[in-house]
Amino acid sequence: MSLTYHLQIVNLLAALLLLISFAMLSQRRIVGLVTLFAWQGAALATSTAIVAWSTGQHHLYYSAALTLVLKVIAMPWFFYRLIKKLDVDRDVETMINIPTTMLIGIALVIFAFNLALPISQMAGTVMRSTLGIAMATVLLAFLMMITRSKAIPQVIGFLAMENGLFFAATSATYGMPLVVEMGVALDVLVGVFVLSIFFFQIRETFDSLDLKHMEKLKER
Amino acid sequence: MEIYWVLGIPLVGGVFLALWGNRRNAPEINALFSLLTLIAAAWLTARVIDYGPMLIGDGWFFIDSFNVFLVALTAFVAFTTALFSRPYMRIEKEHGRLNDKRLRLYHSSYQIFIGAMLLALTTNNMGILWVSMEAATLTTVLLVSLYRTPASLEAAWKYFILCGVGIALALFGTILLYFAAEKILGSGGTALLWTHLNGVKTQLEPTVLQLAFVFLLVGYGTKVGLAPLHSWLPDAHAEGPTPVSAVLSGLLLNVALYAVMRCKVLVDGAMGTDLAGNLMMGFGLFSVVLAAFLIKRQSDVKRMFAYSSIEHMGLITFAFGMGGAVANFAGLLHMTMHSLTKSAIFFAVGHATQSAGTQMMDGIRGLIRTNPTIGWGLMLGTIAILGVPPFGVFASEFLIITTAMHEHPWATPFLLLALGVAFASIFGKVQPMVFGETELPKLPHQPALTPVFIHLGLVLMMGLFIPPYLADWYRQAAALLGG
Amino acid sequence: MNAGTLLQIAQTLLAIALAPLLLGWTNQCRAWMQGRGAPPITQPYRTLRKLFHKDAVIAHTASPLFRFAPYMIFACMALAAGIVPMIANDLPFSPAADAIALVGVFALARVFQALAAMDIGTSFGSLGARREMLVSFLAEPALLMVFFTASLISQSTELPHIVETLAHKEFAIYPSLAFAAVAFWMISVAENARIPVDNPTTHLELTMIHEAMILEYSARHLALIEWAVALKLFTYSALGIALFLPWGIAPAGDYAALPLALLALFVKLAGGGAVLAFMETISAKMRLFRVPEFLGTAFLLAVLGMLIHFLLEV
Repeated sequence: MSLTYHLQIVNLLAALLLLISFAMLSQRRIVGLVTLFAWQGAALATSTAIVAWSTGQHHLYYSAALTLVLKVIAMPWFFYRLIKKLDVDRDVETMINIPTTMLIGIALVIFAFNLALPISQMAGTVMRSTLGIAMATVLLAFLMMITRSKAIPQVIGFLAMENGLFFAATSATYGMPLVVEMGVALDVLVGVFVLSIFFFQIRETFDSLDLKHMEKLKER
Repeated sequence: MEIYWVLGIPLVGGVFLALWGNRRNAPEINALFSLLTLIAAAWLTARVIDYGPMLIGDGWFFIDSFNVFLVALTAFVAFTTALFSRPYMRIEKEHGRLNDKRLRLYHSSYQIFIGAMLLALTTNNMGILWVSMEAATLTTVLLVSLYRTPASLEAAWKYFILCGVGIALALFGTILLYFAAEKILGSGGTALLWTHLNGVKTQLEPTVLQLAFVFLLVGYGTKVGLAPLHSWLPDAHAEGPTPVSAVLSGLLLNVALYAVMRCKVLVDGAMGTDLAGNLMMGFGLFSVVLAAFLIKRQSDVKRMFAYSSIEHMGLITFAFGMGGAVANFAGLLHMTMHSLTKSAIFFAVGHATQSAGTQMMDGIRGLIRTNPTIGWGLMLGTIAILGVPPFGVFASEFLIITTAMHEHPWATPFLLLALGVAFASIFGKVQPMVFGETELPKLPHQPALTPVFIHLGLVLMMGLFIPPYLADWYRQAAALLGG
Repeated sequence: MNAGTLLQIAQTLLAIALAPLLLGWTNQCRAWMQGRGAPPITQPYRTLRKLFHKDAVIAHTASPLFRFAPYMIFACMALAAGIVPMIANDLPFSPAADAIALVGVFALARVFQALAAMDIGTSFGSLGARREMLVSFLAEPALLMVFFTASLISQSTELPHIVETLAHKEFAIYPSLAFAAVAFWMISVAENARIPVDNPTTHLELTMIHEAMILEYSARHLALIEWAVALKLFTYSALGIALFLPWGIAPAGDYAALPLALLALFVKLAGGGAVLAFMETISAKMRLFRVPEFLGTAFLLAVLGMLIHFLLEV
């Protein structure tokens, strides 16, 4: 254990990222979920910036800035407005009760850590050990998408998953080439835009954003 | 140079139609842009046939016989679909299911969707490939929900979430790929270029690539519609407008499979084992069998043909999984045949459902009386997709099954069983639709079914005789895919 | 009698003497924060004195266990206070009783508490005992997990070793310890019957846990139990300090550092008490059936801390 201090901070932020993922799993209100999502973005942006500074990988500064603008400022703001406009901030029901979800979450974390171990040993980056956390974040976001029945939490789960992927890219390889990252960011932005149109359509048609109404199409 | 035209025209078309798409002649403009794209694609194809594979724009684009054949196919089907959608969407508007605003959205998204697929096919960068696949998904989400009915919204939501998750897994696979490549090619943009990766594929770390391929296969496989991740596909096909079903089934699935194949080539090189192929065979076979049995239970005609798409994509995946010159050739041929036939079927089905006013097969009867063109179109298309000789689908299915018998005899009973079940159920359901009794009057308007017969004519021609230069082309592409 | 034994005795006596002061300080802080007039800081001492001067009233149905329990509880807490390094690190008791034994000592006290509560057979007593057992059965594994996380870093479950590793080696950020610290905080709140798990000042039957168990006690018995409660809070605070803020505890054999260590302990305890009061002020008591979720979260955090230790710090 002879890491420099800024790497220790990155490790701490990685741990925080995981903690926020769990907090999102246990969060019952949509507004709280959005706030947690913003915090997750903030932790991500900070850790990326620290890595950029400590390793001299300058393109990571752009990624960090992109994360900050998109995921800490733009999207949470947008979601807050959407929630207000659609008036959907009630308690979120979950398909499985929260303690069970947490236990599944722990199992997923163990799985992710084991999966990441061989890969992270191969990586040449200073923060390779956080790859397991990135994988765990992805899986936990996935779990959140499965267990929530409302539209907005599902989308936040999707975006949290993207956060995890981004962190994985940073920890394993110091991020993807910039052009790819820009493309991903653009896609995410367009995706959120498309979805917001979509939310209004759903709401107009079903009078609710609860996806339980959407159970007509089944595999017959 | 041609490549910029191929990619630029749909993009310009998308922007143009977004601005002026509510004009009366927007459908014609849409078809015109598609025609221009087709001309540019043909030009590009001619160049590649003459000069062989080429790298364009500092290595950002890479065209070889494998993807140029898909580019040509995509541009062609996109054009014929645009032709078909011209009268079809007009009638939908007259029926009051659509208004000008939604038509503008439809036309604009259509062009951008085609552009995104062409970008996915031509780019040399595995990251951009991912980005454009995602873009293709996003543009079609709003197309699937175009009618704004509860069912269509549900289908679009399912489509978005499932494909979103799938594509996220593919992104993780891409990250792992970059991770393996970065050590040999150094960091930066070049480490994700497929040509560079292909050059050093034997040096890539096998364990990482193995994991990467699992993610990529599951991720892009969701978009191919491989079971058990297929559940978005029937819904999206059934609830979206018919032209969208036609391009989803005929084109998008191909493009997703193309992405998988590009990855498979790399993984095979790195691992030196059959793991990738075996995985694909497993997923493919499972899809074929599952889809065949689900077809039996369908009552909605578009859903039924959507399941048929799953079945055929499974078959193609299985063929590519087997690998080798013959199986790859058969897979490519089947890809072409399926695209042409399935889009033709959707065109015919579109008019049939429009005239009957329902998508339920019980409500569609006696097409041959109300309108012989639609009836014959649907019947011939069905016969073609079921693999009846002399249509081209027979040739490719025959090749796939004989190869399977030769190399993986255990799989043939499953394949034959599935194809048999699918044949019986589809034929049994389409037959009364076409020849059954009906009280409906004759159709007032003459449907525009030229595209159907162009497609079916091509399929018939390929079944009887594959032109030598086309066969050569397929052989080259098959060789690129390796074993 | 060597210096170590002296130090041991001194530390235990110090804890016993100071425990009510910490309680008084916390209550005072809370009163200030809530804008009430604060009782003097020595209020717990006065209460204890008052109780010791009263005559004990004991139910007819009470068995000898009921009388014996307060002494047992007090003795357990005093022993626990002796194990935790507060000002010095070389405690002769410590090798005999490590962190796991410490959990056992707490559990022993709790068993007697619950038995005594059920002994007289009132409905409140058994209700309190049942609730207490529910809380402790969830809190104990979490507490053990916290100890395991800390001991994984120092490769030992002996508290002085852990303190030694954390306080006197090169400074490093341990994300796992951060998780363990939050978990420990939540466990301490539950174990010491503080808000939001339990409210020490209420006698509302719907919510009370700890108070329900000691309703039948009076005079010196009650005094001993109240003192033990204060001592428990003190021990938990000292434990938290030893695990997560160990700087300032005198290393073995360094007697010159003792005054400084004493000062550091005072400052840290004062800070801890203030933070506890603050947290109690801003949070509301949770419904009883949410308590398992609260403690489950603590357990989850502790487990996560351990996992993260394996991932990041090995």
